[in-house]
Amino acid sequence: MLALDVRHLNKSYQNFGLENVSFQLEKGYIMGFIGANGAGKTTTIKSILNMIRPDSGEVHIFGKNIAEHEIELKQDIGYAFGDIDFYTRSKMKTLTDVIKKFYTHWDDETYYNYLRRFKLDENKKIIDLSTGMRVKYNLALALSHGAKLLILDEPTSGLDPVARDDLLDIFQELVMDGEISIFFSTHITSDLEKCADFITFIENGKIIQSAEKEEFMESYRLLNGSETQLSQVREKLIAYKVNSFGFTGLIHARDFDSSSDIKATTPSLEEIMIYFAKREDMYV
Amino acid sequence: MNIAISNTSEKPIYQQLFEQISAQILKGDLESGYGLPPIRQAAKELGVSIITVKKAWEELERLGLINTITGKGCFVAEFSSDEMVKLRNEMVLKQMVNDLSYYKSFGLTLEEMIELLKQAYDFE
Repeated sequence: MLALDVRHLNKSYQNFGLENVSFQLEKGYIMGFIGANGAGKTTTIKSILNMIRPDSGEVHIFGKNIAEHEIELKQDIGYAFGDIDFYTRSKMKTLTDVIKKFYTHWDDETYYNYLRRFKLDENKKIIDLSTGMRVKYNLALALSHGAKLLILDEPTSGLDPVARDDLLDIFQELVMDGEISIFFSTHITSDLEKCADFITFIENGKIIQSAEKEEFMESYRLLNGSETQLSQVREKLIAYKVNSFGFTGLIHARDFDSSSDIKATTPSLEEIMIYFAKREDMYV
Repeated sequence: MNIAISNTSEKPIYQQLFEQISAQILKGDLESGYGLPPIRQAAKELGVSIITVKKAWEELERLGLINTITGKGCFVAEFSSDEMVKLRNEMVLKQMVNDLSYYKSFGLTLEEMIELLKQAYDFE
């Protein structure tokens, strides 16, 4: 069963737009959504949540169209946009009392379990919470109303490595029984190398690729060679850099003749992102 | 079952998992009938993605090292000592072919390689 099914989204703004954005997330898995700042991650997420209306295309969550079943579906979705910037002078407790009224499946026991688990004191004011605590508070809220799909925009940005690792552990624990699915955007690719099952990569409003993580990385090769070798492959490279040792460039694995004597390795997610961004620059 | 994953290795993580578990099975450390942890639990405990573990388990199953019993889990398969030797040799040979291409790049002859291999074997 698909937890999230995004079909051919288009949305145009004056200087930017989403172009035929499509991808699917199967129930019970973690998908990382990567792309540079301004690539369209937040616009896509807002379209998924029906917070902006796409020009065309559909989003189905657990098989239902969000545009038609928004109120019903939002009971099953937990979402968080990095920060809480409202009621910051209130205590967590006060804010929770307001929020829980919106959810029919709210469960106080689950809520208090997560507060304990995340070491959150509900008498603290929102303004006094660290970034990591705010993310955890958001998660506690989402999980206490029985959300089955978590949609998180940059949940790890602003966290130190220890807090990040802690959060990723929580993600893995949440998907363990196969009921909860997580879709989260990030530009910190090491987050994904650890826990993501699937990667969706957006660049300039277009989906470059959406695939299982290892398949995603193995579909590219990072080449290393001399300047003479560069001339053999230049046309096929996505982008490249030249230095005094020769060149380094990214290529689609299908475009690379593996019998060639150019040194090839599997790139990291970060390298893939960097070379795609470089390609954009090369066209300008 | 012992597993140590390196995130900096050039080898994909599922490959590392597969190699380490298959070595433990073929060496006899994991006996037939030994139950592997469920995929999702193993992923959480090892801090790797679910699909990574799934791929490793599938590769083990493809080679007949483990059997999946629906609803119960994955268990180390039963095989004769002949089969075990055959499987072990196949796997080691595959790795050797891989390593050889590196040694060949230095222009070593077979005799020189054997001599070095002997030294390396005693080195540990």
